[in-house]
Amino acid sequence: MKRSLIESSFLWICVLLVSAFSLFPFYWAVVSSLKDPSKMFEVEYWPTSFEWTNYTAIFQEQPFGTNILNSLLVASSTVILCLFVAVLAAYSLARVEFKGRGLLLMVILAVSMFPQVAVLSGMFELIRAFGLYNHWGGLTLSYMIFTLPFTIWLLTTFMRQLPRELEQAAIVDGATPWIILTKVFLPLMGPSLATTGLLAFIAAWNEFLFALTFTLSQEARTVPVAIGLISGASSFESPWGRIMAASVIVTVPLVVLVLIFQKSIVSGLTAGAIKE
Amino acid sequence: MAEVVLENVSKVYNGKNTIIPNINLRLPANQLTVFVGPSGCGKSTLLKLIAGLEEVSGGTIKIKGKDVTHSAPSRRGIAMVFQSYALYPHMTVYENMEFALKIAGSSKERIKTRVSEVAQILQLTPLLDRKPRQLSGGQRQRVAIGRALVREPDVFLLDEPLSNLDAALRVEMRIEIAKIRLHLNATMVYVTHDQVEAMTLADNIVVLRGGVIEQMGPPLDIYHKPANRFVAGFLGSPSMNFIEAQVAQINGSRASFKGEGFIRDYSATVRPDSLKNNENTYIGIRPEHLDVVDSAQAADFTFTALVQEHLGDHGLIYGLIGNSKCVLKVKPMFRVKTADQIFVKIDIQHYHVFDSKEQSVVDYTTRNVSSAKSEEPCQKHTNNPNS
Repeated sequence: MKRSLIESSFLWICVLLVSAFSLFPFYWAVVSSLKDPSKMFEVEYWPTSFEWTNYTAIFQEQPFGTNILNSLLVASSTVILCLFVAVLAAYSLARVEFKGRGLLLMVILAVSMFPQVAVLSGMFELIRAFGLYNHWGGLTLSYMIFTLPFTIWLLTTFMRQLPRELEQAAIVDGATPWIILTKVFLPLMGPSLATTGLLAFIAAWNEFLFALTFTLSQEARTVPVAIGLISGASSFESPWGRIMAASVIVTVPLVVLVLIFQKSIVSGLTAGAIKE
Repeated sequence: MAEVVLENVSKVYNGKNTIIPNINLRLPANQLTVFVGPSGCGKSTLLKLIAGLEEVSGGTIKIKGKDVTHSAPSRRGIAMVFQSYALYPHMTVYENMEFALKIAGSSKERIKTRVSEVAQILQLTPLLDRKPRQLSGGQRQRVAIGRALVREPDVFLLDEPLSNLDAALRVEMRIEIAKIRLHLNATMVYVTHDQVEAMTLADNIVVLRGGVIEQMGPPLDIYHKPANRFVAGFLGSPSMNFIEAQVAQINGSRASFKGEGFIRDYSATVRPDSLKNNENTYIGIRPEHLDVVDSAQAADFTFTALVQEHLGDHGLIYGLIGNSKCVLKVKPMFRVKTADQIFVKIDIQHYHVFDSKEQSVVDYTTRNVSSAKSEEPCQKHTNNPNS
């Protein structure tokens, strides 16, 4: 079907509006981070100067490099641990018939129902008991609480869509459940693993409340907390330039990851939507 | 000799959904037995019970004289070809075929010789490095068969293997399977809803309905000597005509029937005293056994034509005898117009009579119509072989 000029220009206007709406805040952050602190409150839509002082300052005034490493460590370990547990759970929830399977799935979903604040104090005690206070391990452990429910659900759904006869063929071939999972199912789940893994990574990367509560020293903090606690010379001054520079820096890894996994994400999110 | 024996096998889902009430069956070694029936008749379930993919609710299954009722599928000496082929999509043809042997821990050389042997038979050698998605439907089917053959099974199970192929390919693969049989020293069990596949491939056919065996035996026996109306209607294409009739008179084995569309009472030989006066019955007659005649004098029924189909080597006329829908198979040159009345006559060797319970009441032992293809028909299994 060929669109008329009016139709296609309307379409492109809409595309521009949506893009502007979603990209403008990030653009504004980039522009602001490049400004001289004294010009911070002048409204300029195009970057006029390229001041890198904000970028260098955040690494000098605080251990921001360590914070980034912490974030990477916490987010990656969360993803690895989470996917490992979720794949095993999803296999049994999707493929093994047992009593109370539906109930168990509901309970797993219900875990994500509680707001983080509700479990905060209990979690704090738990982490203290494990001796993980002010340690990245404590964050990895606590992030499971919100990453596991949705990874298990998503992977269970993906796993259910794998043809039953494939599993039966493997059983006839003499495969054990472990071989079925590792040699037959996992190679087919690449896109779904990439999608769920990335969602878990983003969630862990952005998390603030647990990270604030379970860490104490500057060296143990993750990026969102570090940014939140950037302070100016006096309590009446917010160093917007530095905050913006830090925000831009921590957005980059996410953008890179999304670009790398873009193809698998799209096929992962739509997989099974239609019968192939 | 891998004989498969089912004793009092039943399958009930969730304690209430009875798929198979109770089946006793002996499948002779080295023969191809076809389970055939409409969808939901339990034929696939029965196959999965033999494979061990489903657990029986009761009874025992023996393969090669060994009780395998509770053995894992891989320990039963079976291999299976699935309807969807179920090839491992991320593995090459070679990897698909070696998978079972690898798990079983065979040596590298043995795997290699075995796979190349089978690939040779199935003409898969040039395709061994391809992935399933790079293959055509027929090739995928051959890989699925190859994957099963590699394991050298005693019993070879096929679950509607041709239903995903288009008509031309289906005929080709049917012949292929018939050829593979010659290479194969195995008992084969083949599930299909396609009666043509059943007729052409089987040594023995088991007709199932609602989890119950309606009839079993060599294909031509079942075709010519159906035990009941269901079996008679299921095998044959176009299927058998059933003309409503009442018993006008019964005298020993001589019965005469009346009904709408009958020119005069039709008399036939049935099993002595199998019918009652005025009982509602069906005269069964296949389309090719109804002959068009010129005069009412020589005819049995008047037939009202509705639609005619020309198929080249023959024609089909759809119409009515009385209130019963009927099909005639006629010579290609024969023409009728809609609502034409023509006279038809039953071929005396080929009529069937079904009583009010839809069971056949014809004594087929007096008929010499078929030569059994199978020397050893499969049979209802009994524990005492002398009974």
